[in-house]
Amino acid sequence: MSRDIQTKTATKSPGEAKNSSIQSILSAGTRPKEANAFSASVTFGWRALLKIKHVPEQLFDVTAFPIMFTLLFTYLLGGAIAGSTGEYLQYLLPGILAQTVVMITVYTGVAVNNDIRKGVFDRFRSLPIWQPSVLVGALLGDAARYTLASSIVITLGMILGFRPEGGIPGVIMAVLLLLVFSFSLSWIWTAIGFIARSQESLFFLSFVILFPLTFASNIFVDPQTMPGWLEAFVEVNPVTFLVKAMRGLMHGAPEVEGIGVTLAISAGLVAVFGPLTMYLFRSKK
Amino acid sequence: MGRIEHLHPAIEISGLTRYFGKVHAVDGIDLTIEKGGVYGILGPNGAGKTTLIRMLATLLHPSSGTARVLGHDIVSEAKAIRKLVSLTGQFASVDEDLTGLENLILLGRLFGYSFSQAKSRARELLDGFGLMDAAKRQVKTYSGGMRRRLDIAASLVVRPELIFLDEPTTGLDPRSRNQVWDIVRELVADGTTVLLTTQYLDEADQLARRIAVIDHGKVIAKGTPTELKHSVGTRVLRVHLRDEKQKAGAKDVISLIVNSEISDDTDPFQISLQVESTMQASHIISALSNAGLDVAGFSLGQPSLDEVFLALTGEPAGKEKDS
Ligand SMILES: Nc1ncnc2c1ncn2[C@@H]1O[C@H](COP(=O)(O)OP(=O)(O)OP(=O)(O)O)[C@@H](O)[C@H]1O
Ligand SMILES: [Mg+2]
Repeated sequence: MSRDIQTKTATKSPGEAKNSSIQSILSAGTRPKEANAFSASVTFGWRALLKIKHVPEQLFDVTAFPIMFTLLFTYLLGGAIAGSTGEYLQYLLPGILAQTVVMITVYTGVAVNNDIRKGVFDRFRSLPIWQPSVLVGALLGDAARYTLASSIVITLGMILGFRPEGGIPGVIMAVLLLLVFSFSLSWIWTAIGFIARSQESLFFLSFVILFPLTFASNIFVDPQTMPGWLEAFVEVNPVTFLVKAMRGLMHGAPEVEGIGVTLAISAGLVAVFGPLTMYLFRSKK
Repeated sequence: MGRIEHLHPAIEISGLTRYFGKVHAVDGIDLTIEKGGVYGILGPNGAGKTTLIRMLATLLHPSSGTARVLGHDIVSEAKAIRKLVSLTGQFASVDEDLTGLENLILLGRLFGYSFSQAKSRARELLDGFGLMDAAKRQVKTYSGGMRRRLDIAASLVVRPELIFLDEPTTGLDPRSRNQVWDIVRELVADGTTVLLTTQYLDEADQLARRIAVIDHGKVIAKGTPTELKHSVGTRVLRVHLRDEKQKAGAKDVISLIVNSEISDDTDPFQISLQVESTMQASHIISALSNAGLDVAGFSLGQPSLDEVFLALTGEPAGKEKDS
């Protein structure tokens, strides 16, 4: 079976030449074997990257936010909390990195929500492909954004004086752990993206969920300085475990408990919100 | 019906319903649609056209009833149907952030073409649909007509046996509408079956071999366009007089020929009335000139959807029932 369109067009019999252009286009549309789950997902990932290319504004949050936060907290609080800004940066940077990426996970839900409100989702769903590839592809595209945001924060940190003792391998491990966590967290937003009536309600929800999660954590200060009730919350906050693990990895003192709990929470998120998202996906209208 | 591919109809719908809470969007439809040609689904806003199409395209499960598309059940054999049909939804089903070219490459890749095959296929389509100049522009910069053409092109990346077009010309200017009509005619000439929904009798008349009129989720009439227009009985003749003082005289002449009601137009120069045939219309015009009345112009129009609905249901299109 020839799948080469050009050959197909070229070998058309002369009798068909009288056909109008649209008819010859139709006859050239021989159906190849449809894309498998993997290549469909990668194709949707490519779509997410194209969107970044065409709508670079969406990178504003990814870039401006971390730069602002790193500068602000290092110089505003550094002296007060750790005695010197340089010292504080060593403590703060892994946390700021986590906060930045955790905050932008909401865009996965925004993208899904947008697709549904426009007709394009219907077309994807009417194709003979592995249906979840739309979502997996979107998440792959997000992984690219998370990586970009991470590079920005780390580069800025290095310029300001961040010196990870764990070296490049430590930093890479920390970023990978962060990607795993964020990827898992994204499933919450895809699920909510299916239900939310509008982008605004999504952003509001993300504010309500992500602000406490990232601020009531060990990102900015040591929880031991906090009042007991708050410390109790911070100690069970998933972000606290993530940041502990990332600090450990970046500074060359891997923290087994933090890594283990982070991975377990990630698995739990996917186990709950993956199927939920797929259920919503199938039952959508 | 001797040919093998005609063994089963394109679409067989029986007792199909879809409820959204209390709204009976599709309320018990039975319909058989043969292969080949355009089948028109005619209905006003909220009639249930989109809901019906979405069920047939496997995007929505029915509340009850069954349907088979190209021999496959819409619930249990959805994947088989997706391999054979294409859907062009009512609202642009392309990604507005991407360019036209990227949209088509994306679909080509999903259908299993390699990147370079997908790209050359995309170019072929853009070329055939007159969109080559806009290939590298984001779809959000396209006009309504261009968007529609791209949308239809996107449904033809691989050749479907059956294509659903949900209100493909709503909101288009006459020129763009004609372009879409031409595309539909070529699809049909190529042997593709087209299921098209529309709010315009005129459009169904131009394209469809058979029509089903639906309202409140039910089929209220079906047949060929001619049958349908006959069931409405009449067409509208509008006569424009050069002198408004002759209006009364003209009415007298006409009432000798037909006994249908002559409506009093707000335009003092115009008379309109229902006629049964073209013959009768020309008879009226010549009778008017023979009587020495000065006819400045006249037109013989299709009954509007409203008039069809009035004739079929005795109530205007889309009127809410209190039940
Ligand atoms: N997802 C939904 N939830 C609730 N009601 C719905 C939903 N989809 C459609 N409806 C209702 O079902 C009825 C039929 O809608 P549908 O979109 O099928 O009509 P339509 O004939 O396509 O109309 P239009 O010409 O405006 O496109 C309407 O009353 C509509 O409000
Ligand atoms: Mg509709």
